[in-house]
Amino acid sequence: MSPILLAEQVLNGLQSGVMLFLMAAGLTLIFGVMGLINLAHGALYMVGAFAAATVAGLTGSFLLALVAALAAAAAAGALVETLVIRRLYARDHLDQVLATFALILIFSEGTRWVFGSFPLYLDVPDALSGTVTLPGGIAYPLYRLALIVIGIAVALGLWWLNSRTRLGIRIRAGENDREMIAALGVDISKLYTLVFALGAGLAGLAGALVGAIQSVQVGMGEPVLILAFVVIVIGGIGSIRGALIGALLVGLTDTLGGVLLPELFRLFIDPASAATAGSAFASMAIYVLMAAVLVWRPTGLFGGRA
Amino acid sequence: MSREGLVNAALLLALVAVPGWALWADAPFTITLATRAVIFALAAVGLNIALGMGGLVSLGHAVFFGIGGYAMGILASHAQNYTPLMEWPFEIAGTKSMPVIWLVAVLASGLAALLIGLLSLRTSGVYFIMITLAFGQMMYFFAISWPAYGGEDGLSIYVRNGFPGLNTLDPIQFYGLCFGLLCLVLVLHARLMRSPFGLALNAARQVPERVRAVGLDPVRLQLVALVISGAITGLAGALFADLNRFVSPTMLSWQMSGEIMVFVIIGGVARLFGPVAGAGFYVLLEHLLGGVSEYWQIFLGLFLLLVVLFGKGGLVGVLAGRARHD
Repeated sequence: MSPILLAEQVLNGLQSGVMLFLMAAGLTLIFGVMGLINLAHGALYMVGAFAAATVAGLTGSFLLALVAALAAAAAAGALVETLVIRRLYARDHLDQVLATFALILIFSEGTRWVFGSFPLYLDVPDALSGTVTLPGGIAYPLYRLALIVIGIAVALGLWWLNSRTRLGIRIRAGENDREMIAALGVDISKLYTLVFALGAGLAGLAGALVGAIQSVQVGMGEPVLILAFVVIVIGGIGSIRGALIGALLVGLTDTLGGVLLPELFRLFIDPASAATAGSAFASMAIYVLMAAVLVWRPTGLFGGRA
Repeated sequence: MSREGLVNAALLLALVAVPGWALWADAPFTITLATRAVIFALAAVGLNIALGMGGLVSLGHAVFFGIGGYAMGILASHAQNYTPLMEWPFEIAGTKSMPVIWLVAVLASGLAALLIGLLSLRTSGVYFIMITLAFGQMMYFFAISWPAYGGEDGLSIYVRNGFPGLNTLDPIQFYGLCFGLLCLVLVLHARLMRSPFGLALNAARQVPERVRAVGLDPVRLQLVALVISGAITGLAGALFADLNRFVSPTMLSWQMSGEIMVFVIIGGVARLFGPVAGAGFYVLLEHLLGGVSEYWQIFLGLFLLLVVLFGKGGLVGVLAGRARHD
């Protein structure tokens, strides 16, 4: 395999990794602060994508579409938090799983009701279409490169928010001792709604960004949600740094596994069956990675507590 | 008889009376619906052992359901095409015999539960939920991308498999078979609840430290529970594939895992007949609301939300009052 192809695949892996990070960061933040496992996070991803596709269809502006995705998902998140999620913080994980599973059903079928079963399409904006030639002669789609840049920018922004702002201090305090910060006069339920809306907005942004290279359809969020769970298990629950490292590992393993495993199998068996066996095993690669991390460190790379 | 005993007896009576009425009224579709409910109940009894007794919130039980289904699909497809399953080192032929298929389904899904349990029981709580979900997704994608047994399209079987002495093509006889298995497994579950193993498992859910202090290993108890649980759900999977004469990756999907859990919760977790009530109610709802609206799952979602937020104990809990042991 040529080095250029390999470099392209590494970039693809980075791109899917940073998008996974947007999902995983919200999930891990929500778990870290509120102790909630949120299966409906994938539904918020879908809400973002549908909002973006609708607004892009009406106005033709991709930037407005992104703003709409962020706003719609954050608003849906805030609404759901106030109506349902808030009652679940004190419950056990089983209740949280079931209630958020119920939310998936409601969101998915509701979206199908409004938009129908056919996928919508969201086009890559003109300014970001086409390819760029990177140093070394790699021709790479500009839009995907932009996704990597946006992902890194969001990661930096989250780091800044978490370690340099008053809100970040409150979030970290909330993770450590919610009674104490409530006693110090912070409105804890407003903080929780804010954190939930922040996570939801990130998921919606990811849905809109990825929606432009895939189709926008009902049920698009759940496979990504489960990948984000793998990311969190690898990185350690509650750790944003772990989510970033885990997301990049999962993105790279998934993409490179899909290319390299068939090549590897070709060394041993005939090309046709190598391609099928290779792709079948490549689909399992990230889960093998997760299992390996579990054997080595049951609480993930950066996780301290279960 | 306690109130829960009365509820259980009524449920059991309904499982005999409904198909009996359908036979008398010549309504084979109702028998098929009842068979579907009984098979779902069987799968859910499997999960109830892990979830209710062991406290293991597994969101990956579709793995075992699907492995059972594929055990049936693979064996029967080789038998119907007259191709051996394996030629080397010794030849294994496919089979159309239900008892053999059941045995393979139970062994294969039990083995899968052992492997998944060994890895996922290294953790607990929310990690366990995410990991079981992830392994479920792994099997799902593997089944989709492995073309030998139909890949995404799944596998069809022309004729339902046979059971010695019965005509399984007759809906009521196949129903009887599934119902018999459900009763057997319910008896097993009832005995497990009162066995030393069941008591230790209950204790391991509540206070693992004390269980460890008396010299028992809680993780090992949970692992055994998960294997039993997976094997029962696998058996249900083999029956479900036989009911539809079709198996596809959908049986392995995360939605399936969620649905099996919904049966348990709607019915009443840790109640012996909870899964039966839940699966029966689900099939009824699916049939009634599915006819009214294509989007009936919205109502299922709302109902589930209400059960979780306000109705602790599920249907059996509502009918029978507070659990005696909790």
